[in-house]
Amino acid sequence: MNLEYFFSLFLGGLTRGSIYALIALGYTMVYGIIKLINFAHGEIYMIGAFTSLIIGAALAMSGMNPILIFVLACLAAIVYSAAYGITIERLAYRPLRKAPRLSVLISAIGMSIFLQNYVLLAQTSDFLPFPLVLPNMKFLKPIEHMMTTTQFLILISTAVVMVLLTILIKFTRMGKAMRATSQDKDMAQLVGINVDRVISMTFLIGSATAALGGVLISSHIGQINFYIGFIAGIKAFVAAVLGGIGSIPGAVLGSFVLGLTESFGTGYISSDYEDAFAFIILILILIFKPAGLLGRKENEKV
Amino acid sequence: MLKIKNISTYYGNIQALKDITIDVSEGEIITLIGANGAGKSTTLMSLCGIVPVKSGSIEFEGQEISKMNPDRIVSLGISQVPEGRRIFPQLSVRENLDMGAFLRNDKDEIKKDIEYVYDLFPRLAERRHQQGGTLSGGEQQMLAISRALMARPRLLLLDEPSLGLAPLIVQQIFDIIKKVNQENNTTVFLVEQNANMALKIAHRGYVLETGKISMTDDADKLLANEDVKKAYLGI
Repeated sequence: MNLEYFFSLFLGGLTRGSIYALIALGYTMVYGIIKLINFAHGEIYMIGAFTSLIIGAALAMSGMNPILIFVLACLAAIVYSAAYGITIERLAYRPLRKAPRLSVLISAIGMSIFLQNYVLLAQTSDFLPFPLVLPNMKFLKPIEHMMTTTQFLILISTAVVMVLLTILIKFTRMGKAMRATSQDKDMAQLVGINVDRVISMTFLIGSATAALGGVLISSHIGQINFYIGFIAGIKAFVAAVLGGIGSIPGAVLGSFVLGLTESFGTGYISSDYEDAFAFIILILILIFKPAGLLGRKENEKV
Repeated sequence: MLKIKNISTYYGNIQALKDITIDVSEGEIITLIGANGAGKSTTLMSLCGIVPVKSGSIEFEGQEISKMNPDRIVSLGISQVPEGRRIFPQLSVRENLDMGAFLRNDKDEIKKDIEYVYDLFPRLAERRHQQGGTLSGGEQQMLAISRALMARPRLLLLDEPSLGLAPLIVQQIFDIIKKVNQENNTTVFLVEQNANMALKIAHRGYVLETGKISMTDDADKLLANEDVKKAYLGI
């Protein structure tokens, strides 16, 4: 066995896992609070990628420093997607707050289809080359064949996001309100928490991290189209279920398990089955540990 | 202080409250007694804005609150200890108390109030780092009351605080309710199935029967009333 090959697969797996984690966070946080699988979440990720492509291309004409352009395009994508996330919740989910869960789910699927087609019409169905490419960093030169600059950046930014999010949820007032709301929504209102605001905040955070994931992976792969949100969204959803949907550490763990499995699977078995691995894992988890790796078993009251 | 006037509440097509009118004056302990399903909890949930009121009005200190959001109502000084305690199970005892003070910003005063409730219920102080869901029923009830007190309410709503607890703990909790009422001049609205205990500490009482107020009087008169005795006191 070639050790270098193993490491490059390992790092590739971590990179995939990081991106899945950035998207899966949104699924799991929204599920934790309003018990909804937000199927439009993958589209938020895609919209993030498109926003940064447009802003990046526009700024590139001004001849700015590429790193600065990257940062600005990234911020624009995050802000724009967060606004999308909040708006989707207002328009498509909030009016159905008291409706059966199935109605909201259907509304989410509708939102997803709508956004895909909207971007298809407004942009194009072709793959577009992604302009935001970072110059290679010098200190990565010795391991360049295993890890590129973008991969390095993906790992670092994911780690930073995870740390910030942990601090937010564990120690801040908003974080405590989010935890309280996910545990008992009515009681949260009875202590004076504005639940609508907590829900908006959850969509904001989830959409922002998904947009960041969208920008990072696009600059790694180098091209995007309107459909990238679908498959990435489904896989991040699998990762969230794998870790135990509703659990934030679970979503991160599930994402890395999924990313590494895919990477090693394609590297050692066959790349023909790249997308099959995710679903094989999903089926196995649903059979043997339905609550997920770190999920809590829910006792439904009869 | 609180004027509930002719409110009606529905769950779908089923009418849960029919024309309920209740008055509460400042500093009072009033109790609402009634059997299972009479609408006691619904009354409190309507008061807090969780269950929407179809008709009628609820005035708190002259302000109409029946259309307000629950968090606004809490900010006016109304706190509820709901039925079944509803502790946040995965928050620690201390975090549960912090949630009770969610709308307050006065850090030093909050600290004082935490010491105050630890003083009322020393058991909570011992378990401050434990998760709320791992407490016993009695401890959870103590925590639920403490959490409500952390908001420094002027009107404290209690929904069946005696439910499922050992008699000794029930006695302790009722003593605390009385103490809070006397020491802080907190107005108490107590909903109970344990009519005997409730009427003993209350000033006035209301009897609720299938969504309607059937009787109201001073607590000692209700205790002596033959109908109440038969129906609710088991004598």
